[in-house]
Amino acid sequence: MKRIVYREWRLQPERYWGLLAILGAVAAIAGLAALYMEHHGHWVTGMTNQVVWGTPHVFAVFLIVAASGALNVASIGTVFGRTAYKPLGRLSGLLSIALLAGGLMVLVLDLGRPERLVVAATTYNFKSIFAWNIFLYTGFMVIVVAYLWTMAERKVNAYSKPVGYVAFVWRLLLTMGTGAIFGFLVARQAYDTAILPPMFIIMSFAYGLAIFILVLMFAYHQDKRPMGDVMLFKLKNLLGVFVAAILLLTLMYHLTKLYGTKNHGVEAFILMTGGIYTAMFWIGWILVGCLAPLGIVYHPVLGKDRTWIAAACGMVILGGLAAVYVIIIGGQAYPLEMFPGKTILASGFHDGVAGAAAWYSPSIPEVLLGIGGVAVALIITAVGVRVLQFLPESLSDQVVDPHVAAKG
Amino acid sequence: MTQEHDKVDGARRSFIGAAAGLTAATVAPGVILHTVAAAPRAEAVTDKVRWGMLIDTAKCADGCTACVQACDRENGLDLQIKPEGASEQMWDRQRAVWIRKVQVQDNLTGRVTNLPMLCQHCEHPPCVDVCPTGASFKRADGIVMVDRHTCIGCRYCMMACPYKARSFIHQVVAEKLTATPRGKGCVESCNLCVHRRDHGEASTACADACAAAGHHAIVFGDLKDAGSAVSKAMAAAVSRQIREDLDLNTGVRYSSI
Repeated sequence: MKRIVYREWRLQPERYWGLLAILGAVAAIAGLAALYMEHHGHWVTGMTNQVVWGTPHVFAVFLIVAASGALNVASIGTVFGRTAYKPLGRLSGLLSIALLAGGLMVLVLDLGRPERLVVAATTYNFKSIFAWNIFLYTGFMVIVVAYLWTMAERKVNAYSKPVGYVAFVWRLLLTMGTGAIFGFLVARQAYDTAILPPMFIIMSFAYGLAIFILVLMFAYHQDKRPMGDVMLFKLKNLLGVFVAAILLLTLMYHLTKLYGTKNHGVEAFILMTGGIYTAMFWIGWILVGCLAPLGIVYHPVLGKDRTWIAAACGMVILGGLAAVYVIIIGGQAYPLEMFPGKTILASGFHDGVAGAAAWYSPSIPEVLLGIGGVAVALIITAVGVRVLQFLPESLSDQVVDPHVAAKG
Repeated sequence: MTQEHDKVDGARRSFIGAAAGLTAATVAPGVILHTVAAAPRAEAVTDKVRWGMLIDTAKCADGCTACVQACDRENGLDLQIKPEGASEQMWDRQRAVWIRKVQVQDNLTGRVTNLPMLCQHCEHPPCVDVCPTGASFKRADGIVMVDRHTCIGCRYCMMACPYKARSFIHQVVAEKLTATPRGKGCVESCNLCVHRRDHGEASTACADACAAAGHHAIVFGDLKDAGSAVSKAMAAAVSRQIREDLDLNTGVRYSSI
């Protein structure tokens, strides 16, 4: 492989500042939405005492899961020794930090008492998975910054491999920790399964990579830097493998739940009778998020078309948001089964009378806050690639593929 | 000059004396009263007692909400005001509820049962396990409650509770009772009338109201005292926990269900 030259993103100033202005405006609107919810209280949202986590959590969990996945490209280069991926390691690290920061911002701004963040940072209950996650998230940031440093600074290049290993193990723990937030909840029928942590890992691989490919394509296209088919096709084929793995884990999750009679109720709800949640599962999670992108990336013609590859990435992201929505909101909308073998005829607290699902409809401020998290992640990425040398000057086939280089 | 300076100023002395006496007379009763009032609270809560309940669903009357109303009054839940602009339907889903009536029907036999649902005061509460800051805690005497100084409003406890016993305060709180502090953005639930426990009172508002209504479906007391009414009632009847499969050893038990 040729020596890789990294250069700052040299977009024309007016275009660059225009991009930042748009993202900044979206982030500012999200800030106002958070202030509005904080000022009035959560009654202005769609969240209730039945569905306690809403759309902000969907965005936050999606971004946090995608963050660890975005680091995969760096891990493939460092840990698995695939040299072709090494030039992309820096962008991979930056994007993972940016997505995590965006997700955490959304999570924190949705707290009932966000000003008590200092309490969360100083008072711990170490049996709480949330408390573990606080360390997993902050640790991830520190390790990835160190990882970026070892990749960028020649003097400490030798440490890149051990730090890369630590980062890889840590990102697996982080995603498992996020999956365990739900998987270890014994109370709710949709959760309470150890398959959620590994399923979250597979999801992170796909969602993080889909975002990575889109950011990479956009950055190179805007800056008119060469990106050959070799690199892009490697990435999109890898995305196909990850998406197929999501399908497999999704199948395992539902088979596990379907085998025992006690979970037939929640399975019928998600797969058949759950209205919006059933639609989001089949159309969002399965069709748009998995089957359609699989069909595109492995299609002999479409799979070689950049527009279609970008569309497949977008579909994986949309499907991912739908999947997290089904898991988080659908899992709460299905009423708690407190009285197996009995039907609730009346309740003073919306206990699922006659099996009725809990009501939830996302409010505008919730959606704006969630989108704001995406904007913040993109701002951090855009500023990072502009001021520091994250992007290789060229990803042409000659640079990436030693065989092509030898021929040329 | 020196001699004049050394001379005792009688007027000054008597003024200071009178002022000190007046101050003591003003402050002392408050200090003494405060000490007297605080006496029961000065003792640390011990695990020599474990507060709990037995609810006989056979005695829980259809249509009666005496326990719910009493709880609302006792804990200031009736002071919650629907925010201006909120719909009735949403407010009904968002207002805090500590105890509610539930009516269930057996799918096979068709038998209908009425019962009040509230925090079950588990020995191993999932809400305490998941709370990141430790705000959700269990007292030595078995009462599970929320420290509203350290609750950050993450609602993870509400996700973890198998009984949907907890409420999040969705709105600005205008009025509250001294015994039941309440604030926007925190989580709360039944605390077995903890202020009554700390003042050595015998029962809870819901149990008292149920008895006053003539049903006597709720028996409250110390589960560790074999001679207490609740222990005797539990020894006499077959009782069970809701979601026994979770093995949480709940402090609230149900009979005739």
